[in-house]
Amino acid sequence: MNFLALTTSTADWSAAAGVTLFYLFAALSVVSALSVAVSKNIVRAAVGLLMSLLGVAGLYFLLHAEFLAAVQLVVYAGGTLILIVFGIMLTSKSPFSHYEPKTREVVIAIGVGMVLLAAIVGAILSGPFAVVGVETEGYPITQLGQALLGDYLVPFELASVLLLAVMIGAAYLAKSRRRES
Amino acid sequence: MRALLFPQWDGLWVVLAWNALLVGVFVGIVSVVGMMSIWAERKLAGHMQSRLGPNRVGPVGLLQSLADGLKLMLKEDLIPQGADRLLFRLAPYLSFIPPFVALIVLPFGPQFVYESRLSVGLFWILAILSVEIMGVILAGWASNNKWSIYGAMREACQMVSYEIPLGLSIIVAVAAAGTLNLVELGHLQSGGLHTWLIFRNPFVFMAFFVYFVASLASNKRAPFDLPESESELVAGFHTEYSGMRFAFFFFAEYTAVFVVSAIQVALFLGGWNDPFGLLGQWYRHAAAAPRGMEIFWINVVAAAIFSAKTTLIVFVQMWLRWTLPRPRIDQVLYACVKVLLPMSCVLLLGGVLWEYFVPSRLGAPWFNYQPWNVYQWWKLAPGSLLTQGLLSLIGLGVVLWLTAAMLHAAITGRGLQKRLTDPEPLG
Repeated sequence: MNFLALTTSTADWSAAAGVTLFYLFAALSVVSALSVAVSKNIVRAAVGLLMSLLGVAGLYFLLHAEFLAAVQLVVYAGGTLILIVFGIMLTSKSPFSHYEPKTREVVIAIGVGMVLLAAIVGAILSGPFAVVGVETEGYPITQLGQALLGDYLVPFELASVLLLAVMIGAAYLAKSRRRES
Repeated sequence: MRALLFPQWDGLWVVLAWNALLVGVFVGIVSVVGMMSIWAERKLAGHMQSRLGPNRVGPVGLLQSLADGLKLMLKEDLIPQGADRLLFRLAPYLSFIPPFVALIVLPFGPQFVYESRLSVGLFWILAILSVEIMGVILAGWASNNKWSIYGAMREACQMVSYEIPLGLSIIVAVAAAGTLNLVELGHLQSGGLHTWLIFRNPFVFMAFFVYFVASLASNKRAPFDLPESESELVAGFHTEYSGMRFAFFFFAEYTAVFVVSAIQVALFLGGWNDPFGLLGQWYRHAAAAPRGMEIFWINVVAAAIFSAKTTLIVFVQMWLRWTLPRPRIDQVLYACVKVLLPMSCVLLLGGVLWEYFVPSRLGAPWFNYQPWNVYQWWKLAPGSLLTQGLLSLIGLGVVLWLTAAMLHAAITGRGLQKRLTDPEPLG
């Protein structure tokens, strides 16, 4: 069956596929991030955000950070974004809420974005980035769990206390509003 | 799996062709599962409501879904005038693709998995299924129709709240197993009925039922089908859809039902293993000394067992759909936030404490135990073994009782004789 093998081995092929997928996911996240910024329809902007998050999750996958990719999907794509859209549905008055930014706002936003871009590009160019091979055989999720509940227990618990406070606040607000009406 | 079947073939074109073939197989699975589920659902509904169900196209109406598919493809593709056209078109794909992608980690057998090395397999499925909601919400929103938006909003709050008990009940079982990889989960449960995770400890046993209820709700299956409740919202979020776009929602729903039931089987009900642990033993022998196509045939048997168990769960879901009335949306949310959520938190705590305090062995096949060897009994952690045995007996009892009830009904003909559809003799 040698005639089928040609010259390319499976390893080369998967590397090529990895590069192709990288550009695909990168293009997806960049283009849809751009559409978030440009779109005037808020729900369309949310969908652009979803696509962008999916693209980033794909990039995490290519880096063999499967756990991070899944967390990205659960927390951002499946949780936060749905709450955003839900909020738009509950609060918007017109069927398709449009957002017309003022010129001043656009200028300020572009300025802030440029400063941020310059900072990030500067950091990337000046920082020492070593190329380190990733561990391809399974992601050490057990180590992650032990680190979260071991070395980083206090920040972890603090974050959960913060979330609890937010929940209590939301419940209090909802309750007090009902009493008024 | 390719290396297993054709070890001598390698190279770019083989890999490409193999992946194309697998994609074809997955598309085939999705469509066949969807079509068969729709047929089964209608047939079951007919039976439970004393009707016949589809019985014209093909033997016992088996080809009805195919005919319906043909009809749907020929239908006019309508988009309402006030709709957001882009999002309206995007929504069916957004809800169809995630369940399809989730199939890649389902363990039909020790080697019958598209991607077996994914260490976060279970979590990955949950993550990808949570994207599916977005399709439904967008469908409702883009239709620009009050029924659709109500459906979408119900879907959003229902899904976001039911994801929590779903995830927590999965964690109870994962805490007992110690892995998220679905293939490893299958190997862990290969020692017979008592090693299945559902019988592992009382908390996982309860978590099984919490998971079942939450999975019904997260798939918007009745009694939790409020996003499309016909009696109030016309058809909910897909009111405005017609033709193939409408069919995509149905394929998505039935594939998601299959995927969620398959997770339940892989996580709680022993995956591809039979109740006696024979397949696991056979696999261990075959893996130690591979002979020809033996492993392939083990995988075929495993896939058959896995599919049979999954079909059983799907059947129970359909059974419930045609049995229970639909609650109101506030009752649905009450059931989640005030009943299932505290319950799953308690179960998680209990399950973790149990794993910490009760020493146990998981995965030892029952025929490796030696009842006359008291020393070995002591070493095998009798407390845990006793629990596993007792829970297995309870589970077996429930299954046997249901089977006996069904057999009794079938033999005595109760419920079959007085069908309204039976023709009455004239005069």
